[in-house]
Amino acid sequence: MIELRTISFGYDDGTVLDGIDLTVEDGELMLLAGPTGVGKSTLLGVVAGLVPNYSGGTLRGDVLLDGESIIERPARERAHVIGYVGQNPAAWFVTDTVEEELAYGMEQLGLPASTMRRRVEETLDLLGIAELRHRDLRTLSGGQQQRVAIGAVLTCHPRLLVLDEPTSALDPTAAEEVLATITRLVHDLGVSVLIAEHRLERVVPFADRMCLLQRDGSVLVGEPAEVLAEAPIAPPIVELGRIAGWSPLPLTVRDARRRSVELRRRLTPPAAFASSPTGEPSVVAQRLVVAHGRDVALREVSMRLHPGRVTALMGRNGSGKSTLMWTLQGRLRRTSGTLAVAGADTHELKKDGRRERVGLVPQTAADLLYLETVAEECEAADVSAGAATGAGGASEGAAGRCRALLESMAPGIDDAMHPRDLSEGQRLALAVAIVLTAQPPVLLLDEPTRGLDYPAKAALTRALRALAADGHAVLVATHDVEFVAGVADDVVVLAEGEVVSDGPVREVVAESPAFAPQVMKVLGPEWLQVREVADALAGSA
Amino acid sequence: MNSAPRRVRIPRELHPVAWWIWAIGLATAASCTSNPLLLASLVAVAWIVVVSCRSDGFWSRSFKLYLWLGLIVIVIRILFRIVLGGVDDGHILFRLPEIPLPDWAAGIRLFGAVSRESLLAGLYDGMRLAALLIAVGAANALANPKRLMKSLPPALYEIGTAMVVAISVIPQLADSATRVKAAQDLRGGPPGRVRGLRRLLVPILEDAFERSLALAAGMDTRGYGRTAGVTGAQRRATGALMLTGLLGVCVGIYAFLDLTAPRWLATPMLAGGVALALLGFILAGRRVGRSRYRPDRWRLPELVVAGSGVLTGAIGWSVARWEPTIAHPGVTSMPEISMLALCGLLVAIVPLFAAPPPLTAAGRARRADLERTVDERERTVDDLEGSRS
Repeated sequence: MIELRTISFGYDDGTVLDGIDLTVEDGELMLLAGPTGVGKSTLLGVVAGLVPNYSGGTLRGDVLLDGESIIERPARERAHVIGYVGQNPAAWFVTDTVEEELAYGMEQLGLPASTMRRRVEETLDLLGIAELRHRDLRTLSGGQQQRVAIGAVLTCHPRLLVLDEPTSALDPTAAEEVLATITRLVHDLGVSVLIAEHRLERVVPFADRMCLLQRDGSVLVGEPAEVLAEAPIAPPIVELGRIAGWSPLPLTVRDARRRSVELRRRLTPPAAFASSPTGEPSVVAQRLVVAHGRDVALREVSMRLHPGRVTALMGRNGSGKSTLMWTLQGRLRRTSGTLAVAGADTHELKKDGRRERVGLVPQTAADLLYLETVAEECEAADVSAGAATGAGGASEGAAGRCRALLESMAPGIDDAMHPRDLSEGQRLALAVAIVLTAQPPVLLLDEPTRGLDYPAKAALTRALRALAADGHAVLVATHDVEFVAGVADDVVVLAEGEVVSDGPVREVVAESPAFAPQVMKVLGPEWLQVREVADALAGSA
Repeated sequence: MNSAPRRVRIPRELHPVAWWIWAIGLATAASCTSNPLLLASLVAVAWIVVVSCRSDGFWSRSFKLYLWLGLIVIVIRILFRIVLGGVDDGHILFRLPEIPLPDWAAGIRLFGAVSRESLLAGLYDGMRLAALLIAVGAANALANPKRLMKSLPPALYEIGTAMVVAISVIPQLADSATRVKAAQDLRGGPPGRVRGLRRLLVPILEDAFERSLALAAGMDTRGYGRTAGVTGAQRRATGALMLTGLLGVCVGIYAFLDLTAPRWLATPMLAGGVALALLGFILAGRRVGRSRYRPDRWRLPELVVAGSGVLTGAIGWSVARWEPTIAHPGVTSMPEISMLALCGLLVAIVPLFAAPPPLTAAGRARRADLERTVDERERTVDDLEGSRS
C-alpha cells in the first residue's frame, strides 16, 4: 500500500539515506533495523511526512500511497491514513487526559461526535486501558503512555501505523504488553505496521519482513531469518544460531530450543564458579526508607556494593530504582536506615564530598552537559575536580584526566564536536567520564542502555568491566536483560520499593522467566552469554 | 424491597463559561458596595460554593492562593492608611511620631495621628478589592481552564490551542528545571553566578526547545491545522474581515466614551464593526473542518448558575442605585443590610443546589465500584435463573 521510491535524503555535509526502495504491503508488520544514527527515525519521518519539514535537509524520490504520490503533502494531510507514534510519547501528548488524547486526532479530522464517542470506547477496550480513561497523562507509567499514544493514532483508523522505538524505555513486561498489542492490531484489524526497534530480540519473532538499513545508506529487505544471517546487528539468539551453524536461523526461543537438543549434548557446562564478593564493601545501605510526601518509595532496602563488582538493578518502571540511586548519592533524604559510602553518610556531605564518593549518571545524560565542545566539557570537569581535591591551582591535580577517561571508553571523539552532535553512546561515555573525573570509588548509572544499539552496548559493557577491574563499585539500573547477562556480577531486583531478589546474576536470572536472557532460555541455567557457548565450542573442537 | 428509585444527580463538569458569568456577577455586586457586611458575606458565599462545587483538578487548588492574596490586599491598604493617612479629625486611636517632609512634598504626611475612621476606610476599600479578587479566584477554581479555551469560537481555535499548550508547558518546565538542577550538582563546576545560571539555562532551554518541536510534530501528525480544501484567497478574506471589524469596534468604543467625538462615529461604527467581525467569525467557523469530542452543552443547571450570577450583579447594582446608605454606609455609622441585599446574597448561593456534583477521582472510583456490584448482582440473578430453567 505504501511505497518508497529511490528516497534520498541528506544535509549539506552528508547523505543519510541513499536511494531507498521499500514497500509495505497491506496487513504486514515490517521491522526496520540498523545501527544507531543510520537514519531509521529519518526514514520513518519521511513516511509520516515530518521529514524534511521538521528536520531540514533535502529529500528526493517519491512516496506513493496506493500508487498516488503523497510526498508533497504535509504530515497533517496524511493523518487519516498514516498514524505516527514518536520515540518519546510523553513529549507528543497534546491534551492532558487519556480520553481527550484519544479523541484529539478525530477532532482534527472533523468526525461526527457520535462516531468519536464510539471509537474512543472501542479503542480503550482494544488496548486494555479502559480504567485509565480519566487519568492525567503525565501520571501514567511508560508502558501505559506508550499504549495511549498508539491508541491516540488508532482512533483515526489509519491504514499504516508507524512506530519509532516503541519499547526502548520500557521494562521487559511492559514492552511485551506493547508488542502484544501491536501484533494483535496486525492480526485482528489488518493494520500495516512499520516499526523501528533496537532490541531486535523482542520484535523479530513478530515481524513478517525486515528492512536492514546499512551505514552506506542502502537497505536490505527480506525475511527476518535471511536478513539477520548477514546483519552486523543481531539478537543473542541469532548469534547463537550462527555459532551453532543452524540454517535457517531460529528467531524465537521456541525454535531454538527445539533445534538445540544436539548442541546441548555436545556442550559441557562451564565449571560453576561461584564468584563471591571479597573484601570491604564500598557501599553499605541498611533498611533504607525513603518517602516522597506520603508515598513510600523505598521500603527497608538493604544492599552492599563491593569494589571490583558490577551490580545490576532491575525492576519495573516506578519500582524505586532511580530513588535508590539518588538516595545512595545522598541527594534524597531518607526517613530511616543507615548508609555508609566509603565510610561516610553521603546525605551529610556537601556536594563536593558526595562527588568524590559517588558518581551518578542520570537517566538523561544530556542534563549534565552545557558547553559547546567536548574539549570544553572535559576541561570544566578537570577544573572542578582539581578545585575539589585542593591540588593547588585550578587544574593541576586533574588536567587531562577527563579526556583520558573518555578516550579509554570511547576512543576517537573529535575535541571540537558539540556534545549534542555525539551519538547516544558517545554522549553517555562523555557523561560517565565527567562524573568519574572526581575519582569516586562508586559509580551509579541510571538506565544507560536507553537508545544504544548492540555495538554501543558491547562498548559500554567493556567500559564498565574495565572500571570494575580498576576497583570501582558499579551499580547499573537497566531493563535490558541481555545487557545484564553480559555485564553484571550481581543482580538486585526491586518491586514496589522492596528488594525481591538479590544475589549473583546466574542465580537471580535463572529463577525468573521474565529476566532470563535468551541463551539461558535455550540452553539451560548454566549458560548466560553467547560468548560462553562460543568459548566452550572452541574448547571442545 | 421496592423503594422508589432515588433521583440521582449525575456528576459532570459545569460549562466553564457559566461559572465565569456567575463569578463576574459576584464581582459586579462586590464593586458596587463598600459595606463590609455585604462584602464579607459575598466572600463567604464564593468560598462555600467553591468548596462544594470544585472538582479535583490542579486548577481547583488555586482558590487558597486568592484568599491569601485578598488578605494581603487588605493588610496593605490598612498599612498605607497608617503610613500616609495621618488625619487630625475623627476618633484618634493612637499617634505615631510624624516625620517632617520638605516643602515640595506638601500634602503628603508620613505617620502621625491614626483615626478609627481612616483605618475603617482602609479596611472597607481593601475588602472591596479583596472580594473582587476572590470572585475571580472562584471562577478560576471552578472552571476548567482548558475546557474554557475549548469553548472559544472556531475562529479563535488557534489562539485557544496556543494558550492550552502554554499552560501545559509550565509544569513541564518546572520538572525539567528540577531534573537539570539535580544533574548539574553531580558534576562540579566553575563557581560564579553567571556561569552557574548558564549551566542551568542551557540544558533547560534545549530541553524546552526539543519538547516544543516534538509537540509541534506530534500535533502535525495528528492532523492539526488541516486546511480541508480552503484556498488562500478565502483565508485572506476572512482575515481582512476580522481585522476591519475589530478596528471598527475600537473606533466605535472610543467615540462612544469620548463625548467630543462626532456622533456618527459612535453607534454606527460600533454596530458596523461588530457586524463585520461576526461575519468574519462565521466565515472562519464554516471553513473549520474540525469537530468536538463531548462538547460542553448549555443545559438547565448552566442557565441557572449563569442566571444567578447575572441576578446577583443586577441586585448589587440596584442596591447601590436605590439604597445608597446600605451600599456605602460610610465609616461613621454601623453598616446595615437590607432585604434586597439579602436577596442578592441568597441568589448568589443558588449554584450550591443547581450545579451538578463535581467530577472527582473518588467519585469515579465509587461509580466504578457501583457498576461492578450491579454487574455481579445481575450475573448472580442470571445464574439463578439459568439453574432454575
